[in-house]
Amino acid sequence: MSRPLSPVIVGAGPAGIRAAEALVAAGLRPVLIDEAARGGGQIYRQPPDGGFSRPKTALYGTEAAKADAVHRALDRIRDRVDYRPRTLVWNCESGALDLLRDGVTDTVPYGPLILATGATDRVLPFPGWTLPGVFTLGGSQVALKFQGCAIGRRVAFLGTGPLLYLVACQYLKAGVEVAGVFDTTPQSAQARALPGMLRDPVTLAKGLALVGWLRLHGVPVHHGIRPIAVEGEGRVRALRVRHRADEIAVDCDAVAFGLGLRSETQLADLAGCAFRFDPMDRAWLPVRDAAGRTSVPGLCIAGDGGGIAGADAAELAGERAALAALEDAGLPVDAARAAWLDRRLARVAAFRRALNAAFPFPQDWAATIPDDLMLCRCEGVSAGILRGVGQRGEAREINRAKALTRVGMGRCQGRVCGAAAVELLAGALGVGPGEVGRLRAQPPIKPLPIAATPVQEATP
Amino acid sequence: MTERIHCDVAIVGGGIVGGSAALFLRQMGFSVTLMERDWCGAKASGVNFGGVRRQGRPLEQLPLSQRAHAIWGRLPELLGTDAEYIRSGHLKLARSDADLGSLIAYKERSAGFGLDLEIIAGDAFRRRFPALGDRAVGGSLCPEDGHANPRLVSPAFARAAAARGAILREQTPVDRVWRDGDRFVLVSGDALEVRARVLLNTAGAWSHRIAAAFDEPVPLESLHPNMAVTEPLPRFLDVNIGVEGGGVYGRQVPRGNMVVGGGRGFALDPDRARPQRDAVLTLMRDAAELFPQIAKAYVIRCWTGVEGYTPDRNPIIGPSRTTPNLFHAFGFSGAGFQIGPAVGEALAELVRDGRSTAPLDAFRIDRFPPTP
Repeated sequence: MSRPLSPVIVGAGPAGIRAAEALVAAGLRPVLIDEAARGGGQIYRQPPDGGFSRPKTALYGTEAAKADAVHRALDRIRDRVDYRPRTLVWNCESGALDLLRDGVTDTVPYGPLILATGATDRVLPFPGWTLPGVFTLGGSQVALKFQGCAIGRRVAFLGTGPLLYLVACQYLKAGVEVAGVFDTTPQSAQARALPGMLRDPVTLAKGLALVGWLRLHGVPVHHGIRPIAVEGEGRVRALRVRHRADEIAVDCDAVAFGLGLRSETQLADLAGCAFRFDPMDRAWLPVRDAAGRTSVPGLCIAGDGGGIAGADAAELAGERAALAALEDAGLPVDAARAAWLDRRLARVAAFRRALNAAFPFPQDWAATIPDDLMLCRCEGVSAGILRGVGQRGEAREINRAKALTRVGMGRCQGRVCGAAAVELLAGALGVGPGEVGRLRAQPPIKPLPIAATPVQEATP
Repeated sequence: MTERIHCDVAIVGGGIVGGSAALFLRQMGFSVTLMERDWCGAKASGVNFGGVRRQGRPLEQLPLSQRAHAIWGRLPELLGTDAEYIRSGHLKLARSDADLGSLIAYKERSAGFGLDLEIIAGDAFRRRFPALGDRAVGGSLCPEDGHANPRLVSPAFARAAAARGAILREQTPVDRVWRDGDRFVLVSGDALEVRARVLLNTAGAWSHRIAAAFDEPVPLESLHPNMAVTEPLPRFLDVNIGVEGGGVYGRQVPRGNMVVGGGRGFALDPDRARPQRDAVLTLMRDAAELFPQIAKAYVIRCWTGVEGYTPDRNPIIGPSRTTPNLFHAFGFSGAGFQIGPAVGEALAELVRDGRSTAPLDAFRIDRFPPTP
């Protein structure tokens, strides 16, 4: 009789680490694969080993205790998991994952599979967005946490979502001058969302404290703005925004912007998961039950990779997915614990809906993108080119638009421009973003070096 | 409510063959309805390697291939776009003297067809193609062969047909098809019913389903060429490259990306295919060996498609043996892109005249026994 295959977890952020912890507690030895050199994911990303050292309170601010707990959880189980850091999963095919580490490819078959692939920034183009010095909010945060540097000396923060205020505060604490926070959300939306956010008073209080702290330090916080342009020749010099009838210009040498997050779903797609359109995330997401089970037997998704819910939810979802995997494998699970996790996750989901109301996606933004503005920087496709194939009736679907225009065909495979491309095509066709389909995933998930060599067959 | 269309010719399949047939039939004045299950030119016609190549084809294909060559020369006039078509030359490499001998023999056999092949070997080869170094002992150059962007060319044929009055129905699978008196009836769910005097079966790898509906089973197998593209690189290659004996092929597009192919993907289901991991890794190794210029580059995307292959690797083109006014054109066995527009033109002639000026005897469906 052959031994059952090991469970495999992709991603060592809060979801992946908590999933691994639960599987280890049940006596299993999961494979834990992560692109980063050290665990923690994007949100609790650690500085390089032997690199600069800053205390966790400085790196993670209000989230330091949680970050530390997640890091320690991985340290505790490290010798009981097959931990594979610095490893990219570039393909999923016929019940096995294809890995790349240090230029060597390897194939790992999986039994239960838990995808905890996380999210990246969601962005829409605006004039000047490709100028050097313009970063995403997540990228700006990585610069602080991982590279130990700031994106500029005087930084403007633009967009929407909790990350907008969190990163602005982290920059302020790191000694960077914050030129202003420019929130696309009108203050009225945040007031209306307040009752729902009271479901999680601790998180709400933290959020309010961030805003208060910024104001206390003299940082101007503007609501209900729309970007006009980033100014500068070869480098950011200023940000101009519209605030009702007024125009505000602020001098800065860097801009951090983002409009919430988007889930990394390519692996789920290659694995064959069914997707549905999620109006809250304005994206096609893998169909999941409350425990994270997908339409593919044995495959669970935990954390932001299946829908944006944040780091706290990711920890809960990781553990819950692991319990589901154990249950589905016929192993005993603590039913009371599973039920408790379900209740907590349901509460988080309700808070998340309120948060989404407090930081709504600016639906009118895409229509204002000028035709000559670069949309897909990998392939050099402007917004007008994409709109054109929609307006002329040549493409009513995003993969068709990709085939005709090259949008999303380059290095990033649409991970940066895809959300914007969907908004623009839908706009050109006069339909909602759920009506134009989703970009199909194709291997490799991230660029694969031609020089990659297959790992030597293990000797029997 | 069901839309009902009466027309002279119904076409099933909006690839490069069906799209060009629609275009030429419109030029002759026939009323045409084209039904496509996906988007026109989205399957094999739109995702193939993009080689526009006569060299290396079996001799019986060369008359059609030459006619296609003339059509490709008129793309802007026909389609309103050049679709990145470049007559760059197609160079078939010989990695041994024996392979060079095969290329010389092909040049002699194909001498009457106008390919203008040129055999280049030894020092002359290295001087002419320094980018290829010493990885081949020589090659055969077809100077007017080239390459194009299939994602643009193939949809453009259907679009051009529509601009000239063909009725296009995309996302419209043919669920049932039969003959009612002297008409063909094609039904797509509750949405559409087409009645036509003539039926063209240009449904690519799925054509055997249409043929089977008229008691004409054919041996058609689906295969999946494995392809990959690198990030843009400095230009080092202007010719489209093949290798005698097969294995790997490549072209560099004007943007600088290197498109390479070799090996096979696998079927997810009858309709979809994926690149296969071992084929991808083997392709990367083989391509880097042939083109050291890409050795430090990254592959940004791999893909494949679903292509219909016949046992003798020649297509089936011409009248049905069971059903009057039904014409087939499929089974191009991985080599339909260049020849496709000429096949569309030949189909239009068959509809108008009952015969084509291009010799099609080698492609008769009755060369295969009538049972599968």
